[in-house]
Amino acid sequence: MLLNQFLGLAAILFCIGVYGVLTRRNGVMVLMSIELILNAVNINLVAFGAYQGDVGGQVFALFVIAVAAAEVGVGLAIVLLIYRNRRSIDVSEADLLQG
Amino acid sequence: MVATLLGILAQIEQAPFVRPAIDWHAVAPELVLLAGGALVTVFDLIFMERGRKYIPTLTGLTFLAALVPVLTLWDNGIARSLFDGAYITDRYALVLKALFLLSGYVIVLMSTNYMAEGDYYDSEYYQLISASILGMLVMASSRDLIGIFVALELISIPAYLMAAWRKRDLKSNEAGLKYMLMGVFASAIMLYGMSLLYGLTGDTKLRSISSAIADQGTTPIITMAIIFVIIGFGFKVSAVPFHTWAPDTYEGAPTPLTAFLAVASKAAGFVALMNVVLYAFEFQPEIAEPFIWLLSAATMTVGNLIAIRQTNVVRLLAYSGVAQAGYMLAPLAVYEVNGIEASASAVVTYLVIYAAMNLGAFAVIMAAARRTRSGEIDSYRGMLNWAPGLTVLMTIFLFSLAGIPPFGGWFAKFEVFRVLLTGNTFSGVSLAVIAAVNSVVAAFYYLNIMKNMWFMDAPEGTDQSKLKIPSPLVAALAITLIVTLVTGTVLAGPLRNATDFLAF
Repeated sequence: MLLNQFLGLAAILFCIGVYGVLTRRNGVMVLMSIELILNAVNINLVAFGAYQGDVGGQVFALFVIAVAAAEVGVGLAIVLLIYRNRRSIDVSEADLLQG
Repeated sequence: MVATLLGILAQIEQAPFVRPAIDWHAVAPELVLLAGGALVTVFDLIFMERGRKYIPTLTGLTFLAALVPVLTLWDNGIARSLFDGAYITDRYALVLKALFLLSGYVIVLMSTNYMAEGDYYDSEYYQLISASILGMLVMASSRDLIGIFVALELISIPAYLMAAWRKRDLKSNEAGLKYMLMGVFASAIMLYGMSLLYGLTGDTKLRSISSAIADQGTTPIITMAIIFVIIGFGFKVSAVPFHTWAPDTYEGAPTPLTAFLAVASKAAGFVALMNVVLYAFEFQPEIAEPFIWLLSAATMTVGNLIAIRQTNVVRLLAYSGVAQAGYMLAPLAVYEVNGIEASASAVVTYLVIYAAMNLGAFAVIMAAARRTRSGEIDSYRGMLNWAPGLTVLMTIFLFSLAGIPPFGGWFAKFEVFRVLLTGNTFSGVSLAVIAAVNSVVAAFYYLNIMKNMWFMDAPEGTDQSKLKIPSPLVAALAITLIVTLVTGTVLAGPLRNATDFLAF
């Protein structure tokens, strides 16, 4: 079983996701970067589960997929709200609250 | 094709599905709250506009009804375990469930007039609060990574929506956006840590993880997994350096929701952190303790230093809440020498008292904002003239937050210091010194608010007539005042006994 390749892929996805969250200024792109991290988690869980012959990992991955869908649904709703009021989804422009 | 299906069916018949025995009494509080939340939704759909004024009452009653099975379970006293130990209802969980339900009730009381008089009075607000509190009840009992993750998201997702509640207000939008992005990012990091923990130990139950890590010993990858998980919860409890969302979200969100985030949501984050650290990382203090020590020291120091220069009361309380989270983290940094029971009991005691005094302070701010229409400390000048009762209440809550006897806050701090000092270790004593210095710094800015209320003259043109406070807010103030007073005096001993029952 080639566990290392899966873990390597997940680690690379995780790093790309974290980089995206920290550098992207577009709200939708930030959400997509977070999705990358969550998918890295899913690959990890399914790979570990298959490696150990345990269904727990796949069940966990199912929960992550379902909850991530809800999370991104709410996230896009909030980004849309910002777009309606500001005509922009640049998160660095959201700077009314500071100090 | 048909043959394959028949083959699968034959296999299923060989191993018929056995429904696991479910202890309905153990999950009764959650079920009552779930039924109540559904009832509120249906009630709103049937009666629409006509029923709106009953929705807050109905939600409040739901919380109180869910408290009944909590009390019967406490009276029963047996630790109940469901789903093979993934969901445990013991006295530790019950204290926390009672705390979450009561703070939920107080927050509903605080929201009643605020929401009814605002532009966005919707019953969905109360449904979301019920959902979030339900997540907290589940969190108190979860002893499994999947359960903790689902409970954490059930708490957070409604809170993202409620933070952005004032749809046309740019500040509220921004509060929601910041909270959502930081929260989702934090839970993604936490999940990555959890996936590594699962992979290295082959189980999602905290107890099995604990024994599996103890067998393997500490490896770099386990260290990484533990630190990722603690970072994820660090965002939820707004520990420095993961606190940046808190002040912005607190200022922009509707004030009752700010109280909800500062008290209930933070407490839930602490419960998750305690469950994971004390159950799963029980035998890894050499990784968890120094990391939490650093978080705790940084959190209280940075929180207090930034709080000093705040001019807005809500932001000030936000940063003071960050600092208080530092005190609450402190017992978790010394759990090895004292035993995890002592640390958990100090944190739970602090959470109960902190909930009462902080909710009280927010209730005073909301009552005062009905006159001042602003959260600036300057606008509190001369409050003694137009709201003497509120001035006294705010003084009590601020004294309690500063840790001055005989109010609850001193007992909470006393418990933390007791745990820090009993082991007589370098890390415990040094953290106690840092906490003591910080308590003095904190007293400075709490006293500054009091100076404005008691001794400064009101600015010209302020309405000097006595302020009328709506009755739900009076009830919220009364509940928080009573809890703040009794936990520091007559009930300090019983509270100590109650939290000493914590069976780990």
